[in-house]
Amino acid sequence: MAGSFKIDATDMDYRRLNEIVRENVRNGIDEFVLDNVVGQRYIATALKGNLTFTVNGTPGQDMASFMKGPKIVVNGNVQDGTGNTMDDGQIVIKGIAGDVLGYVMRGGTIYVQGDVGYRVGIHMKSYMDQQPVIVIGGKAGDFLGEYMAGGVILLLGMFSGKPDAPVAGMSLGTGMHGGVIYVRGNVPEDMVGREIKVEPADKGDLEAIAEIVRDYSEEIGVDAASIMASEFMKLLPRSHRPYGDMYVPV
Amino acid sequence: MKAPENYHDFEKDISGCGVFGVISKSRECIPGDIPIRAMACMHDRGNGLGGGFAAYGIYPDLADKYCLQLLCDNQQALDKAEVIIKRFFDVYEAEPIRTRKVLTIPDPPVVWRYFVYPKELRTQSHFSGGSESDYIVGVVMNINKEVPGAFVLSSGKNMGAFKGVGYPEDIAEFYRLDEYAAYIWTGHNRFPTNTPGWWGGAHPFTILDWSIVHNGEISSYGINRRYLCTHGYECTMNTDTEVVAYLIDLLVRKHGLSRKLASSVFAPPFWEEIEKMDEPEKKLYSALRTTYASAMLNGPFAILVADSDRLWGLNDRIKLRPLVVARKNDRVFMSSEESAIRLVCPDLDEVWMPKAGEPVIVQADGC
Repeated sequence: MAGSFKIDATDMDYRRLNEIVRENVRNGIDEFVLDNVVGQRYIATALKGNLTFTVNGTPGQDMASFMKGPKIVVNGNVQDGTGNTMDDGQIVIKGIAGDVLGYVMRGGTIYVQGDVGYRVGIHMKSYMDQQPVIVIGGKAGDFLGEYMAGGVILLLGMFSGKPDAPVAGMSLGTGMHGGVIYVRGNVPEDMVGREIKVEPADKGDLEAIAEIVRDYSEEIGVDAASIMASEFMKLLPRSHRPYGDMYVPV
Repeated sequence: MKAPENYHDFEKDISGCGVFGVISKSRECIPGDIPIRAMACMHDRGNGLGGGFAAYGIYPDLADKYCLQLLCDNQQALDKAEVIIKRFFDVYEAEPIRTRKVLTIPDPPVVWRYFVYPKELRTQSHFSGGSESDYIVGVVMNINKEVPGAFVLSSGKNMGAFKGVGYPEDIAEFYRLDEYAAYIWTGHNRFPTNTPGWWGGAHPFTILDWSIVHNGEISSYGINRRYLCTHGYECTMNTDTEVVAYLIDLLVRKHGLSRKLASSVFAPPFWEEIEKMDEPEKKLYSALRTTYASAMLNGPFAILVADSDRLWGLNDRIKLRPLVVARKNDRVFMSSEESAIRLVCPDLDEVWMPKAGEPVIVQADGC
């Protein structure tokens, strides 16, 4: 029995909200609309399968952590820790995102329309066909993709509330040893860590970017062609084991 | 030895403190209900071991007097503190701070306020030679240090701090803050990590009309404290954040640094960044880092600093704590979480997250 379920989260404690959601998931509901969300934590945390959520408001910390499958559309901004250790599924954020978005993310996609905070996509990793993807429509703070071990971050720098800021902050990709960061436009050399090499995106990269952008622009509601009408740079780790011989001389 | 069974199954929210602030640039009165509800929205950031608020513009009828708000273990401690107050000040009014009985605060302390002014011929003491502000600071330090079981909650004009052990909404209930209106409010929800949860350790920390609320840890507390000690500031609250209040008083009021420069003392640019600056800037920031090495705040922080005219938000230089700023007409909000702002003002004109170490300074009209 599938159906849609509406919850008014006004004055509702996060435990109660998540209990109601889980109870209805057990009863076969697979579509949720959460209205007047204001700071409730852990929405859709660790939920599995083919569920959809529309979140109207400002969800609290750690939304969709450990999530495996559901799709969440947020009409608003999200706070810190969204998509923490997320396994699979999709988060579409029609606003800005706080710090540590997609921390240790290991699958699924996160699309952000606007700017994101600090430490986004740190420790992201991939395994076989589990390839996490984060697309940032605006600009990013420091430590984007720090210690990244797999997956894709696509940084557009287009839909930003910070016209004067650089596309990303300091320590971009510091300690990165896997995966790839694509940046629309140019990347100043002093922005990236020593472990990173910067190259223009090649034909294969551009095809991969175009495929991601197609889905992103459809979900967010922006024009794909204007996103693609630019050069893209590719940030790759110089080594997959940068410290392999740190303690064992070779 | 075996790991405990179900060690993962604990009822505990891992969290950090919560801060909230709001200023009306036109000095329009904001009812206490606003900061109280905003702090309650971030209830789960704290653990009931500390809550507090600062409010500006709450004593307009006695705005030219200093308001010493005192918190004492018992009547005896208050009596001892009062002897010191009467020695150094003319007392214009003295009254208990209005409180309510609150179930979650079973054994409340004695709270009292004195509207005072320094005696015309200042009572002789080692701090009598300084400015009027130095005199106030001296007396506050004297009470905090010398009177067991008593300390000064706040000591500015037309402002007050209200704090204690409990969740912020309980503390607000206790002090009847819903009955106050202010043009600047700050609030704090505490999650003590390495210092005790006692009434003096709750935020805000204050001196004169400065008040500070802080989410994070001041790892440089030891060196900051020793540095302050050499400038006559005594740390008596057993909590790291106390140093920030006194450092601001020292750097901004006494040394005349702008808030922007003081911000880059607390959260200085990295030497690598200074290296890339133009010559005059390089000279300035090198001098600041060298002169004020002992005033640098190491460790994670998001702080909100208020005084009679401004609200000032600042993050540590690698932004290890969250801070969101939002604007609606002439009101500017600063908070650990956007949701707390949205709860009290759903329709915002602007929302942004300042950069690490980038101060956000909002000035009220007419100063």
